[in-house]
This record gives sequence, C-alpha cells and structure tokens, in this order.
Amino acid sequence: MSELRFTDQHEWVRLDGDEATIGITRYAAESLGDVVFVELPAKGRTVGAGAQAAVVESVKAASEVYAPVGGEVTAANAALEAEPAKVNADPEGEGWFFKVKMSDKAAFGKLMDEAAYKEFVKGL
Amino acid sequence: MSDEVLKKTPLYDLHISLGGKMVPFAGYEMPVQYPAGILKEHLHTRAEAGLFDVSHMGQAFLSGDTAALERVTPADITGIPEGMQRYGLLLNDAGGIKDDFMTMRLKGEDALYLVVNASMKDSDFAYIAERLKGAATLKPAPDRALLALQGPKAADVLERHATGVSNLTFMQAIRINVAGAPAIVSRTGYTGEDGFEISIEGRDAEKVARALLGEKEVLPIGLGARDSLRLEAGLCLYGHDMDEATDPVEANLVWSLGKRRKEAKDFPGADRITKNLANGPAKKRVGLRPEGRAPAREGSEIVKDGVVVGQVTSGGFGPSLNGPLAMGYVRGDLATPGTKVELMVRGKALAAEVVAMPFVPNQYKRPAKKTGAAT
Repeated sequence: MSELRFTDQHEWVRLDGDEATIGITRYAAESLGDVVFVELPAKGRTVGAGAQAAVVESVKAASEVYAPVGGEVTAANAALEAEPAKVNADPEGEGWFFKVKMSDKAAFGKLMDEAAYKEFVKGL
Repeated sequence: MSDEVLKKTPLYDLHISLGGKMVPFAGYEMPVQYPAGILKEHLHTRAEAGLFDVSHMGQAFLSGDTAALERVTPADITGIPEGMQRYGLLLNDAGGIKDDFMTMRLKGEDALYLVVNASMKDSDFAYIAERLKGAATLKPAPDRALLALQGPKAADVLERHATGVSNLTFMQAIRINVAGAPAIVSRTGYTGEDGFEISIEGRDAEKVARALLGEKEVLPIGLGARDSLRLEAGLCLYGHDMDEATDPVEANLVWSLGKRRKEAKDFPGADRITKNLANGPAKKRVGLRPEGRAPAREGSEIVKDGVVVGQVTSGGFGPSLNGPLAMGYVRGDLATPGTKVELMVRGKALAAEVVAMPFVPNQYKRPAKKTGAAT
C-alpha cells in the first residue's frame, strides 16, 4: 500500500517502502500552464528535505521544485526531457519528477494528507 | 504588490466571460491567457487568427505643426505618405530610447495619429507635449480601444466585417467601419504575422470584438502568447530589450532612422548616435539560440571565454520554434551571427549561438514589387 502526501509548495510524494516518488500537483500544473522544460536532479545526488531539487518551466516562467523529503535520488523521469507536456497531461502519474530513498521517515508524516491538501488549495 | 488600483479596458467583462486569467500589467488588469493556454494560443495565431485586446496602449492625435514631432524622434515624420504609418523611437537628449511608437498619417487629415506603449504612455505624452509646446498639440484619446487581429486568416476574417481592408498592404492605414463601428485600421502588428490593428471608440469595443470572435478562425489571445509571438518575431519589448540607457544603434534599430535625418543629424543625441553609426556600438542587441531545451530567461549573463560579455533581455520558449530562444545585448565585436557564446542558467553555462532575427520568418503583406523597368 502506498501512501500519498502533499506540501504547501504543491509537490506530491508517494511512499512505497522507503522509496518516495515526487512530482507536482494538478493544481500546480494548471497554474503553471504548458510545461516546456523540466530539469531533474541527477541519480545518486543527495537532496535535503525542503531543498531545491528540480526546475519546471512553462512558456512564461521558471519555477523551482523542492524535495518534500530528503534522501538519495534513485531515479529521475527521463521521459519528461522529450515530453515535458506529460506534466500537464498526468501530473500525479506519468508526469512524476524523481524518486528518493528516504533518509527520514518522520518528515513524511508531517506532510498534508489528501484531504488536508484539498482544504489548503480551496483556501488559495 | 502595490495597492494601486488597476484600470480595466472596455473588454474586461468579455475577458472574464471568456475565462481569461487576469494579471496586472502596466497598471491594467489584463488577460495573460485564456483556457486554451499560451502554447495553443501562440500556435493558433500562426496557423489561423488571434484577437488581442491592446486597449491599454496609449493612443493620441497630434495637431498643428506636426513636423515638430521630429524634435523628439529620428524617424522621418514629414516624409510619411498619406495612408501610411511608420515606426519610430522617442529619444531623450542623450539619444537614449524613451519608448517606441507608431505614427499614422490618415488620408485627408492634418493631425497625426500616434500609438505608444501602455507602460510609458503618461510619460511619453507629457514629454511630447512639453517638447512640442507652441508648435503642435497632443490630444490623448483614453476613450479609444485597440484590438489586434493577427495571423494568416486575419485578412479574410476582417474583410467580412470591413469590405476593402484586405487590399491594404503592410503599414497602410485607413478609416473604415468595422462591424458597423467607425475605426482606424492599419495593417500591422506585433507577432510577425500578417494582421491588423483596429482602433475604435471604447463603447464599440465589445461589439467589434464579439463580431470577430464569432468567426470560426479566431481565438482570443492573451499577453503570454503576445510575448512569445513578438519574441519569435525578433521585436523589442520596451523596458526589457531597450530603455533610456540604450541608443538606436545599440538596439539594432538603425532602420528606423530616416535617411534625411541621419544626414541632417538634427535629432536628440545625434552626436552619440552618429559616432556609434560610424564606429560601431560598444554593445548590440542580438538574437540567441541556446542549445538543448532549457530556456535562458531575462537577466541571464552572456559569457564568452569565461568573461561576461552581456545579458539576456528577453528569453523563453518559442512554441513555433519548438525550442528556447532569447534576445540580449553582447559586446559589439561578438554581434555577428554564428558567434558561439554561453548563457548562465542556474550556475551552469549553456552553449548558445548568436543568430539573425526574426527567429520565425515574418509574413507581412508587402506591396508586390513593380516589374518592367530594365536593370
């Protein structure tokens, strides 16, 4: 069973064992508009929780993506290089950004669950 | 954010009803995009036709001794033929660019019709009025709206609502009714496509806009696509690609200087501009194509052999190019197309090349060349 959590910076994290898959939420993808470029962290790099880990660019602007949880990067979604539009088409599925081997499980527990994130977005 | 009250154009309610995403721009609440999104809006304008609300721009009429406008611009104003418009630069005394603007001489009219940038209109109008005092009178027309209809289908579409407009060629202008409303129509735009700008009374704006949007070829287009379209067309955005510290030679806009004016050297900053014309400027505006897909945004440093040689002034992703593109200033000796440079993006050096502009060929309807005369 995987667990899904969200940040107030509009990233999502899906946890399977100690591997966390990270992407941006549908709300974020819709606010950005058409994604034309994604810069992902290199495999093997260690990212700290809350540190900038990726960049997502629309026609208009570049936005930073922060790692909601820290750890070693185990995979990056290479498909986004050729098809950045996947981020808009399926932000919480095929449009995932990268995976980390999570170093601190406690950080995950502090993130918003789906209901809390929905409430948070409503208030924006 | 300032708590300045944003102004609305006469099409504000229409933008809302079309799902426009409104943002502050030059003191106005303007649509940055509609539900189609910037990418589709951009590509649709190049394939069919797009309608832009540019009512935030400054419109004015200049009457009296209109030749006095040459006191503030190096453009050939007196030489504008009837029924034509001309692009010009508004200069300060040092030859720095205060703004760029269009001047039209409508058939049978003594007054000139001017269009300046939204963000600069108050200061432009005050400057022109002051410098032309006693000779000519500038009357701003804040109650007028301005629409742009751009794209390869623009002429077909507009012809249905204004019989005869498709006979105009690039930079021609006339008074004509559009969808029953009295208008000033010029064959020009800011996208590199064929197209028209349509000046009408604010009270007629929604009627005219709805008539054009009712045509199957036309989508409403926001400021986001307006920016990506003009960048692909190699056109400057004031305050970004040129400002008061930049002169026309540096900005690579020498073509906008009248021949007679260059010979007479009778415009503001003539010393500096004449010197730059003769010796070449220390920096020059160029087009840049980064390799790969990462865009280099405004403010990115341009580097050659480890030395900073300039800065990106507009940069992003070109939907028609399907890749990144930028405009910026480089040291004068590096301005030749083909020159390899690097653009600093998030601490990394991206390989890029100086290229000729426009990035996407323009589609202006220029008059057919006269044939017959022996060479």
